[in-house]
Amino acid sequence: MNFPDNLKYTKDHEWVRVEGNEAVIGITDFAQSELGDIVFVEIETEGETLDKDAVFGTVEAVKTVSDLFMPLSGTVSQFNKALEKNPETVNRDPYNEGWMIRVKMSDASQVNDLMSAADYRAMVGG
Amino acid sequence: METTESTIRQTALYNQHVQLGAKMVPFAGCLMPVSYEGINVEHENVRNKLGVFDVSHMGEFIFKGEKAAELIQKLTSNDVSKLTDGKVQYSCIPNHSGGIVDDLLVYRIDQNTYMLVVNASNIEKDWQWFLSRNTEGVEMHNISDKTSLLAVQGPLAAEALQQLTDMDLKGMTYYTFSKGKFAGIENVLVSATGYTGAGGFEIYFENSSADHIWKSIMEAGAKHGIKPAGLGARDTLRLEMGFCLYGNDIDDTTSPIEAGLGWITKFSKEFTNSEALKKQKEEGVKQKLAGFEMEERGIPRKDYDILDANGRKIGRVTSGTQSPTLQKAIGMGYVESEFAAPGSTVFISIRDKAMKAKIVKVPFIKN
Repeated sequence: MNFPDNLKYTKDHEWVRVEGNEAVIGITDFAQSELGDIVFVEIETEGETLDKDAVFGTVEAVKTVSDLFMPLSGTVSQFNKALEKNPETVNRDPYNEGWMIRVKMSDASQVNDLMSAADYRAMVGG
Repeated sequence: METTESTIRQTALYNQHVQLGAKMVPFAGCLMPVSYEGINVEHENVRNKLGVFDVSHMGEFIFKGEKAAELIQKLTSNDVSKLTDGKVQYSCIPNHSGGIVDDLLVYRIDQNTYMLVVNASNIEKDWQWFLSRNTEGVEMHNISDKTSLLAVQGPLAAEALQQLTDMDLKGMTYYTFSKGKFAGIENVLVSATGYTGAGGFEIYFENSSADHIWKSIMEAGAKHGIKPAGLGARDTLRLEMGFCLYGNDIDDTTSPIEAGLGWITKFSKEFTNSEALKKQKEEGVKQKLAGFEMEERGIPRKDYDILDANGRKIGRVTSGTQSPTLQKAIGMGYVESEFAAPGSTVFISIRDKAMKAKIVKVPFIKN
């Protein structure tokens, strides 16, 4: 399984890519594989300021449903509208085209609390 | 996933599944493949071509003796006297309090020999149920642990499998079976049954032949596009047909009349709780199992509330998924009977939002 080294990870299987004071967030290869065929991604928090660990959306797969959690505090500045039409992109390309939200970070130091690729890989046994 | 490896069972084909890259999950105490390539791909392959499911976790009982038919007749809801040799019947085991112990298939091998096929999660419960009521000395064998079962399902099944046997698969009518030589193995039972609505066969044999028969089926099906399919696709396929899944749509508390299983509940005979069920059928039931399609975005899941237009709870979802064939969210659930007619509008409570749905006739798809 693929866990790029330039990303940070959470125990809830989100990844974070830091771009200046913004963070791009999605779910990991492990998460999409566990969920299976993704049917839709529901994100209705655009514009909202959310705390770390708050629910920012939901992923529905054929078999199951899962909440999406904020890896860090911030304001949801954008969500990936392409996923409304093609949610299966998350299965196909979880780290690039399958990104979910952009967040203006409230406290960039929270990035330091996230897991490295190696730590995350060890956690999921990949 | 809490269960440790040492206490959990595997089917004889466990290594085949792992080699094929299946995602294995514990189901009814047995590690089973939930998917290989993905539920949608496997689902479509079964509907349009050919798929093979390992369903060896299911239970098989053999009942023998002059009183075997009588015991089954007394404890199941369908009419066993209608069976002739080589025929299969879908039935259920009612309990004394209006619910269902299990749903099952009854195979008549000969006048005094029957095979009962029961759900994996209920093997022990069913066995005890029959054992404690077997007062007339019927010979009972639980052959579940030594029996493998493959469901080869899809429109190309007969064409693909015919080369493996002299049994007439193409001429085998729905809900009949034969016993004979299959892929060189003697004493294999092949029945024209399955729980997908895609046509095909269920094949019963001893565990020792499992690898050989699996490989033979995969080879015979190769040019027909056979793919292994997991429990995930099995669930979406059966739900598109509106077939009940024990533990979801029927259980110890739901009546066969409420569940729409009146067609396998025959009052031409007496059986467990038949008086009360007959009364239900005559007087009507308060709730009914109904199929519905979502009209607003959202996927219904087991135990979500079903609401009326005023937000009053009128029922509960028992099964739900995104239908790969219809590309729509579908579900089944119990609703107050006045809401059960096709065309009625109901609402499914999904993450505290009432999402509109319409009651529809099942099956959801027409073959």
